Amino acid sequence: MRAVKILERVLITIPIMFGVAIIVFFFMRLTPGDPVDIMMGQGGAVSTGEMEQLRSEFHLDEPLHVQLWLFLRDAIRGDLGYSYTQKQPVSELIVERLPATIELAVGALAFSLLIAFPIGIISSVRQHSLIDQFSMAGAFLGISMPSFWLGIILILLFAVRLHWLPVQGRLDFGIDLQEITGMYVVDSMLTRNWEAFASSVKHLVLPSVTLGAGVAAIVARVLRSSMIETLRQDYVTLARAKGQIEFLVVMKHALRNALIPTVTVIGLQVGVLLGGNMIVEAVFGWPGLGRLVVNAIFQRDFPLVQGAVMVYALTFVVANLVVDVLYTYLNPKITL
Amino acid sequence: MPVEEVPGGEAQRFRRLRVRWRVTRRNLREIWIGLRHRPLALLGGIVVLVYLLAALFAPQITSHDPTLGNLRQRLLPPAWQEEGNPEFPLGTDDQGRDLLTRIIYGSRVSLAVGLLSVGISVAIGVALGALVGYYRGLLDQILSRFADLLLAFPFLIFAIGVMAFLGPGFTNLIAALIFKGWVEFYRLVRGEVMAEKPKEYVEAARVVGQSDVAIMASEILPNTIQSVFVLGTLRVGFMIIMEASLSFLGLGIQPPTPAWGSMVATGRDYLLTAWWVSTLPGIAIVILVLAINLFGEGLRDILDPRLKVE
Repeated sequence: MRAVKILERVLITIPIMFGVAIIVFFFMRLTPGDPVDIMMGQGGAVSTGEMEQLRSEFHLDEPLHVQLWLFLRDAIRGDLGYSYTQKQPVSELIVERLPATIELAVGALAFSLLIAFPIGIISSVRQHSLIDQFSMAGAFLGISMPSFWLGIILILLFAVRLHWLPVQGRLDFGIDLQEITGMYVVDSMLTRNWEAFASSVKHLVLPSVTLGAGVAAIVARVLRSSMIETLRQDYVTLARAKGQIEFLVVMKHALRNALIPTVTVIGLQVGVLLGGNMIVEAVFGWPGLGRLVVNAIFQRDFPLVQGAVMVYALTFVVANLVVDVLYTYLNPKITL
Repeated sequence: MPVEEVPGGEAQRFRRLRVRWRVTRRNLREIWIGLRHRPLALLGGIVVLVYLLAALFAPQITSHDPTLGNLRQRLLPPAWQEEGNPEFPLGTDDQGRDLLTRIIYGSRVSLAVGLLSVGISVAIGVALGALVGYYRGLLDQILSRFADLLLAFPFLIFAIGVMAFLGPGFTNLIAALIFKGWVEFYRLVRGEVMAEKPKEYVEAARVVGQSDVAIMASEILPNTIQSVFVLGTLRVGFMIIMEASLSFLGLGIQPPTPAWGSMVATGRDYLLTAWWVSTLPGIAIVILVLAINLFGEGLRDILDPRLKVE
């Protein structure tokens, strides 16, 4: 039964993905000016004949609905077009840059959960205590702080003043690493290259903290309030009355139920992680998808922007799908 | 003029307006009493007011030009540092412009973008939400699916995408933020209108012969306005961060117009030698957004504690 429900939920995602692709396609139509003119703006003087040829090559001479159909057909095949500036298929470029972005997003998520869970739990158990007030003030600050500024403050403090961590990049200069997955921390572990491991972890710390701080703040706040709610429930009182030790009451009885709203919020925060990585990659010179997109915008490389925005949106849709599926395991009463 | 002398429907409208004003006055008093018991929210409100006044009276507060600098005075440190000059309390930037002046003028951009983008999003979201929540039907199906689709995009990515295609600038920036910003208000109002519509007071208004538009505007919407107000306040801070982020990436407000995000971005090149260029505009953002959030959360506790769960 659960498998059927999950399948249903997966099927609902398909029209959403199509919708996302259609919106992204119309993004391109918002652009003032002719795409071929823009393309040629970088190529120098071109004859009218060549322009016409390019137009038919990119199917720009077809009616709009035919163009949309061709775009969707190619997208399903994994063909997201051709980057004018990089002279490479967009999907190839995205696949090249994606591992760095995933590494950063996972690092940020790991950091935020490591921080948010203890803070959320302790704050709820010791409600109104000094530690609760202090952490919630910190969380409030975390929500109100733009990530680019936090990144700069962290660079000033830990890289410029204290010299503990590097300012930019993914690996120290001169260290060789055999790439397998493209995620340096994983690759260095797989090849047992501990020097590269230490260096890649060091490079990952500041960007992850910058990207994860806002998420940590939100997750901690939600976890705290839902823990406070569940700790008041009758079954928690019953568990205490039965003589269960407090640690188990909190971790086993209360936390499991408090997780449900928290997981929803974590799912929504994936969107923040994806959007934020463009900013954080710009601050820390992290060579991921975000930087590729921002550069592509300045070079008016629209197919690349279009492809990357679509990949970001689809990742977000899939992340929310995963969250919904996770629900059924957390609380069998919830139907998808 | 006594109420009775106002002809026909006018009298009724006049009476209703008077009742409405009394309700508004009571609400305002409620907010004021609530705020007095929440010093942090009150502080937030005061700070926001100070920023608003600074933005309005920027030319009276500072005599420096926000866009013209003197290269001989570039990168001067803040006045409290050794080489600081009291004429430039927070120092100067890479073009020799007074940083305090640029921060004050920058508040104009941030507040204008925050208030306008939220204001227009509220107008669109409330109008569509009320219409669709009241009539349902095909329009509801179409708009709600479209709203779901927009929610499939992370906010910043969507805004970056729109800016990429529209190009930078103030109007485009606001358009990019509204493009997705209305959805939340739409969903909130649609839900509330759907919940209110079957209630007795709406039925009564219909029996009396009020038109649908009048029922929506003067019966149902006043009951949802508090939630919209609370959500709107909290969204202003969010939009300010979005604007700053886009300007930081170079996609928002373009130099030389002072915008906090682009000021932080410029200062990045001088982090090792002139920390103030980047950090101080950032502090201006943090304080303003913090104040808005404190005020907004205070308002929420006073007006609409239900929203807290969401």
